[in-house]
Amino acid sequence: MEELELPHATVSCVECVSAALLFEQVLLSFFGCDAASLLPRSPSLSDFVRIYRQQSSQFPAEQTRYIIMEKTELLRDADANLLPALLRLQELVEDNVTVILLSEIVWETFRPNTGCFEPLLLHFPDYSKDELKQVLSKNKHPSYSAEFYSSYINILLGVFYSVCRDLRELRHLAALNFLKFCEPVEEGKAKVGDTHKLWKNIEPHLKKAMRTVYLREVSSLQWEQIQQMEEQETGAVRGLSAHTHVELPYYSKFLLIAAYLASYNPARTDKRFFVKHHGKIRKTNFLKKNEKTSNHLLGPKPFPLDRLLAIFYSVVDSRVAPTASIFSQISSLVTLQLLVQISHDDQLDAPKYKCAVTLDFISAISRTVNFDIVKYLYDFL
Amino acid sequence: MSKRKVKDAHLPVGECITQVHQILRQRFCHQQLPDRPLGVEAQHKHLAELLKRTAVHGESNSVLIVGPRGAGKTTLLKCVLRELMKETEVHKNLLQVHLNGLLQTDDRIALKEITRQLHLENVVGDKVFGSFAENLAFLLDALKKGERSSSRPVLFVLEEFDLFAHHKNQTLLYNLFDVSQSAQAPIAVVGLTCRLDVLELLEKRVKSRFSHRQIYLLSSLTFTQYLERVQTQLSLPGDFPDRKFAQEWNASIKTLCEDKSVEDVLQRHFNSSKDFRSLHLLLMLCLSRVSVSKPVIKQADLLDASRLYSADSKANMLHGLSILELCLIIAMKHLNDVYEGEPFNLQMVHNEFKKFLQRKSSSMYNYEKPVVMKAFEHLQQLELIRPADASSAKVQREFQLMRLMLDHGQIMEALQKYPQCPTDVKQWATSAFA
Repeated sequence: MEELELPHATVSCVECVSAALLFEQVLLSFFGCDAASLLPRSPSLSDFVRIYRQQSSQFPAEQTRYIIMEKTELLRDADANLLPALLRLQELVEDNVTVILLSEIVWETFRPNTGCFEPLLLHFPDYSKDELKQVLSKNKHPSYSAEFYSSYINILLGVFYSVCRDLRELRHLAALNFLKFCEPVEEGKAKVGDTHKLWKNIEPHLKKAMRTVYLREVSSLQWEQIQQMEEQETGAVRGLSAHTHVELPYYSKFLLIAAYLASYNPARTDKRFFVKHHGKIRKTNFLKKNEKTSNHLLGPKPFPLDRLLAIFYSVVDSRVAPTASIFSQISSLVTLQLLVQISHDDQLDAPKYKCAVTLDFISAISRTVNFDIVKYLYDFL
Repeated sequence: MSKRKVKDAHLPVGECITQVHQILRQRFCHQQLPDRPLGVEAQHKHLAELLKRTAVHGESNSVLIVGPRGAGKTTLLKCVLRELMKETEVHKNLLQVHLNGLLQTDDRIALKEITRQLHLENVVGDKVFGSFAENLAFLLDALKKGERSSSRPVLFVLEEFDLFAHHKNQTLLYNLFDVSQSAQAPIAVVGLTCRLDVLELLEKRVKSRFSHRQIYLLSSLTFTQYLERVQTQLSLPGDFPDRKFAQEWNASIKTLCEDKSVEDVLQRHFNSSKDFRSLHLLLMLCLSRVSVSKPVIKQADLLDASRLYSADSKANMLHGLSILELCLIIAMKHLNDVYEGEPFNLQMVHNEFKKFLQRKSSSMYNYEKPVVMKAFEHLQQLELIRPADASSAKVQREFQLMRLMLDHGQIMEALQKYPQCPTDVKQWATSAFA
């Protein structure tokens, strides 16, 4: 658009939280400030079309005007009329106007249920491996030759291509890891042409990068710092998700453990685990049930408050009175999003909960209170 | 005129091509009115008669034009209006108000728009009205006073009529139909809609005031007529500046339409939809290939355009996925097969994927769970998978139940076309226990 100097308005649907902002931007870029200020306080589509018509009759276009909408998938959540109206904008404003919608989502999910004016669909195909190589090799480092850089890109794609085809992501990774790649050359350990040596050096490093930077566990800045500090092993720094340890009060820990057990164990096994003199359970029956899909696959089950408390009392050794603080700890676990309350309809009377923590987290917690949780889990029997 | 024609008789080819593009694009994209609506003669006559009665004799009428999208409802109405406007008596008398359900989303906006289109802003001024009906009555009164004869007829055109029926209490429709019933100012209400059950949307009181006159525009053309239509749509008009070029062009179009493979393509297109808008899209794609170096439409162009037009967009999306994402989709497919379309979560998919890796015992795709999760989220972002229930924030990410939005055939076809697809992945896709 810039190259051909066509009159166009680029609108990002993320920015335009209301239709009014969209109208204003379009008018602004086509006709200047005067037109945009004509819009009333909360303009409707009707106002927009009226002003557009007025302006376009004053300044008739010699060329087609273009409205480019980015991230159009958000338009579906906007006013139901907006998308059909934009699609037939040319008819409505009687001007030579083209609306271009850019989106990642297929058109079938856009179509309103009463139908609309069908747009011309174009598909922008993804880059193939060779194309990616070409594009990435373009921004080479000034102090090294083009072949050297493209061999680096080759290695990078070899590691990352099967996981990620996002050009932006790959470019970012390429920029981050290039210095490490050059290191042996600078130190004189390897020559520029010595591809195999270089590959040996960089490959474990890239694998590590996939685990850390790609997932944003370690920020790019941290990554660069790590690379500069040679003695420190890469990845030794704990990433974002490694900080799973949370300090909790003693009873809260047990509450959480009880909640985990209630979520992942079926209710009929409670008797077996937590009552001292339970009757004998026939082993065959038990094992047969065990072969069914494990609970850790299906996710946590909801449980009532009573069951949580019953398990809690049997898990905690000492006698605990059901004081107000116990109940307030339960609700504070909910606000910390370690527990999730379902069925909002009855707040006081028998609410149901779900446990929303992982197995690693809960076993770390139970270790701090000397409780062996795996022994009590139905799945691991 | 004739002199110019002689002078311009042999334009350079580039000039001709530009002309062709201009004329045909005007025809396809801008919905230019044809000289005469085709295949709807009876409806045309009916509507023209009706509007004429309102315009000349001051009779109030209401009518609904119903037809599928792209069937030429607006074109029909515009043609009728164009003919009516040629008569001076009508031209002097008739006032038109065009409303669109997409734009006038509520009655207040619609009323403002009516006021504006009747040029009555200065009359209404700052007056405050008790009710909507009062306001409308005032507007129509003002029309009566404005003219020395009794009153001028008003034609209301309501496009997307079904959207007007969703307004609160249907006040606008009620009042318009009421005026047309109770013999005040002569008005004609023409509604255009694509919904066949539009009368069921109306309230009882509104329905009773409507005249129940409906014009159906159901396309009833056969394939031969369709083919003829294609030919006329592509042909150049008689007043094209370069006669010789136009003749050559038209002859080439004629041979094109007689070609067997072209006929097949059009037949397929005809079978999927009869409306002309999709045809226009197809022809636009053909036309965009015409340039100075290639001044005629070949049959290959049409074939290409048709392929482009009917391409499956989801298959295209699958093409751009990475191997890991593709593996996840195959795992989901297997889950769907085993559990008969029950929704799944990331944990199950990952489990299935791990099973595959164990069998293969190749460490090639041994990714950690967060990497898999990132791929899973990318699939969700592309809406190839969707949450099964709406409550998303409360469940952990790996346990959220999802549904796959692809079917079996699409996945297999995409796998066949996938560039450099590893063989073991392909085998895994065809059988779950490979």
